Amino acid sequence: MATQGESTHSCWSCGAMRAAHFCEACGKVQPPAPADYFAFFGLPRKLNLDVAALEKDFYELSRKLHPDLNARTDKREQEWSLEQSSLLNDAYRTLKDPIRRTQYLLQLEGVELEEQSKAATEKARATGEAKKQIVPPDLLEEVFDLNMQLEELRMHKKMGEDDPALIEEIGRQKLELEEKRQALLNELQADWKTWDGLIGREQAGQLVSEDERKQARDKMVDLLNRRNYIRNLVRDVNEALEN
Amino acid sequence: MATDRIVGIDLGTTNSLVAFMQGESPVVIPGEDGSNLVPSVVALDQGGKPIVGNRARNYLIETPERAVYSIKRLMGRGMEDIQEELKFFPFRLADDLEAGEVIRIKLGDKTFTPPEISALILRQLKRNADRFFGEPVTKAVITVPAYFNDAQRQATKDAGRIAGLEVLRLVNEPTAASLAYGLDRKQNGVVAVYDFGGGTFDISILKLHDGIFEVIATNGDTHLGGDDIDNFLITIALDDIRGDLGLDLRRNGEAVQAIRKVVIEAKIALSSQVSVKLDVELPGGERYLREITREQFEQLIQPVIDRTVGPCKQALKDAGLKPEQIDEVVLVGGSTRIPRVRAIVQELFGREPHTEMNPDEVVALGAAIQANILGGGSEATENMLLLDVTPLSLGIEVAGGVTDKIILRNSTVPASATQHYTTQVDGQANVAIHVLQGERELAKDCRSLARFDLKGIPPMAAGMPRIEVKFLIDANGILHVSAREQRSGKETEIQVQPSYGLTDEQVEGMILDSFDNAEEDFRRRQVIEARNEAETILTALDKGKKSPAWGRLTTNEKKQIAKMEKSLIAVKAEDDYRAIRKAIDALNQGSMRLAELMMDSAVSTVLKGKTMEDADVGEGPTAPHPVAKAEFE
Repeated sequence: MATQGESTHSCWSCGAMRAAHFCEACGKVQPPAPADYFAFFGLPRKLNLDVAALEKDFYELSRKLHPDLNARTDKREQEWSLEQSSLLNDAYRTLKDPIRRTQYLLQLEGVELEEQSKAATEKARATGEAKKQIVPPDLLEEVFDLNMQLEELRMHKKMGEDDPALIEEIGRQKLELEEKRQALLNELQADWKTWDGLIGREQAGQLVSEDERKQARDKMVDLLNRRNYIRNLVRDVNEALEN
Repeated sequence: MATDRIVGIDLGTTNSLVAFMQGESPVVIPGEDGSNLVPSVVALDQGGKPIVGNRARNYLIETPERAVYSIKRLMGRGMEDIQEELKFFPFRLADDLEAGEVIRIKLGDKTFTPPEISALILRQLKRNADRFFGEPVTKAVITVPAYFNDAQRQATKDAGRIAGLEVLRLVNEPTAASLAYGLDRKQNGVVAVYDFGGGTFDISILKLHDGIFEVIATNGDTHLGGDDIDNFLITIALDDIRGDLGLDLRRNGEAVQAIRKVVIEAKIALSSQVSVKLDVELPGGERYLREITREQFEQLIQPVIDRTVGPCKQALKDAGLKPEQIDEVVLVGGSTRIPRVRAIVQELFGREPHTEMNPDEVVALGAAIQANILGGGSEATENMLLLDVTPLSLGIEVAGGVTDKIILRNSTVPASATQHYTTQVDGQANVAIHVLQGERELAKDCRSLARFDLKGIPPMAAGMPRIEVKFLIDANGILHVSAREQRSGKETEIQVQPSYGLTDEQVEGMILDSFDNAEEDFRRRQVIEARNEAETILTALDKGKKSPAWGRLTTNEKKQIAKMEKSLIAVKAEDDYRAIRKAIDALNQGSMRLAELMMDSAVSTVLKGKTMEDADVGEGPTAPHPVAKAEFE
């Protein structure tokens, strides 16, 4: 994969046609070219990827690009090695994790996940209101119950009382939430399949409508939002239990 | 080539070592006294000359106000975070310290920053290496606790620069240790390194894969070590003395140091004995006597040891591993000699830890291996590569005093993150960024790294500029920041105000001082050593002239030797050690036949029934060869 990167450039040092990040003829690290994380590894923008193969590539590229192995080169090459190897590490860290990989792809596709959340947080701060979060419909009832119980727990704690039954009940709900979050991962893989199908068709020269892309993206955005919602909920529960 | 010689240095809280790769295995370079460990103690003698190591230890007891130990605890720290340290350590702060200034410690009537004191220790190690190789060493790899933050790392790098060393890499101590262990047991698997030293605790979990040492998670406490056990025992002894003898010695520096010495000895003895007797002579002639059993000792120190458990559990959690998924556990650091510590590790990971290598030396040996890798590698280190992580998350302060994390802890380094900034007001030319390190939500609970001022933003309407700021953590774990205004493509000037630490100019000033001295010291020492050697060979020659062998030389040979002798005597009076060595070599060569003849006559004398002593061969120019003897003394 990576080592087969396109040989459209020639090495600055020996002039041979080279792989993307280092020269196969003389081993020299090349100046970094702008590339997204998928392209860095020579991968299409598909979400279902072979993590074992990715790890193998990561190790192989590390052996070429890492600053420790380029410590005796001149200043310029050391600079390239530092940049290339940080890019490699950033890309590997992002792509090996299913959630980060999905978020990154959506970002590449122009979805501003973080900006949306940041804007909402800032607006909430400016207006002094609690940040409004859209409760996923399938969680409405549970969230309502849980919030009541958390409120009760905080009250008890304030009074210095202990309510083992309530704590147990909250603990049980937390477990359920965590199971739900796990289940979302499986759901996500189905969404990946849809997305990868579109990319596969594009690679085969077929036309994919913007509508289809948007639909596939929106499903994943929705899923990530639901997952984040559960994650924040679990965090609230943990805080309430600990304090 | 000499210029490519890179040494590995373990700059420890209690002891420091320097090692290098000799052929295919790393070895520690001993000091003049033959000891591998240089105690990390610095003192100033009455003449104001710095003394380092074993000799400085005596000052601790006799003139504690002229000595300092455990300086590593103060590296990269500010006034407000050393209050706890000041309670337990006899650090004497300079009287004229101002807020925001790098702390300075008083030694006698002079003051030094922690990097300068560390530089004195490094210079001693450098001297030991210079002596060993017979020429100056200029490049080094220095180890730091894995959990050191940016400021502590920067301070260590500064210390290296001040000592006249080019620091090619800072390596995390537990990772270095894993390299030393990995050298002779090449295999794949998951390894946990539990590093409990004099002042710091680290836990690192690594994945070994065909020579790649990939750190998956690290955690620790940069202020937890054998020191804390010592201080605990000192406090108890002082309380005892107050209760039993009615003596309050808490402010008596000499008495505290005498007690410290005895409790440390007791601590060490309790690793092999089940009970020890403390016996300290106190000022006023009284004695403090007490017996401690290992059981009591273990109960006393349990709270200190327990503090290592939390970081271990967090590291396992971050690695996403259960204790039973760890294949091997390695112990590093002097405090792991305590049986109770070993028991805790065994409980935590459910397996017996490795203790094959000397826990005091293994970090330095690993540093030597890393030095070898950086220098181009050898057969022993072929295919070895360290992939380490940043121990703490990097964040920036956003509205409301909240930390926005941009590089998470346990990210493989080098690592980078890019952030975009814009302006709030029309024509705004500066943007301030506050960079933090730590895991907490609020900026005030994290460690302030630095404030960056982006300057010279081209005048535009509010919100128009798009400034891209790149944060990059290098392989040393040190942050670099660069910025560019994207609409104009203009590189934005960044002014850095490190929250803790020396500015470049300050470091520069310190280097010139001590570097000149270091070179001068080296030269002077070389001259003295060369003169000593010259003395030895000249004395040997005198003896040779009186031996029967002298008569068997030709007139020409005698003339040659006399000429060389004369020139050696002449250069010996001057200060050029190279010229002296050249003259020594010449005389050695020239007197080779004389040496051989003396040897022959010695042998024949033995045959005639006389002894070797009679032949006086032992002091002749042959055996032992004076030059070979003097070089490594």
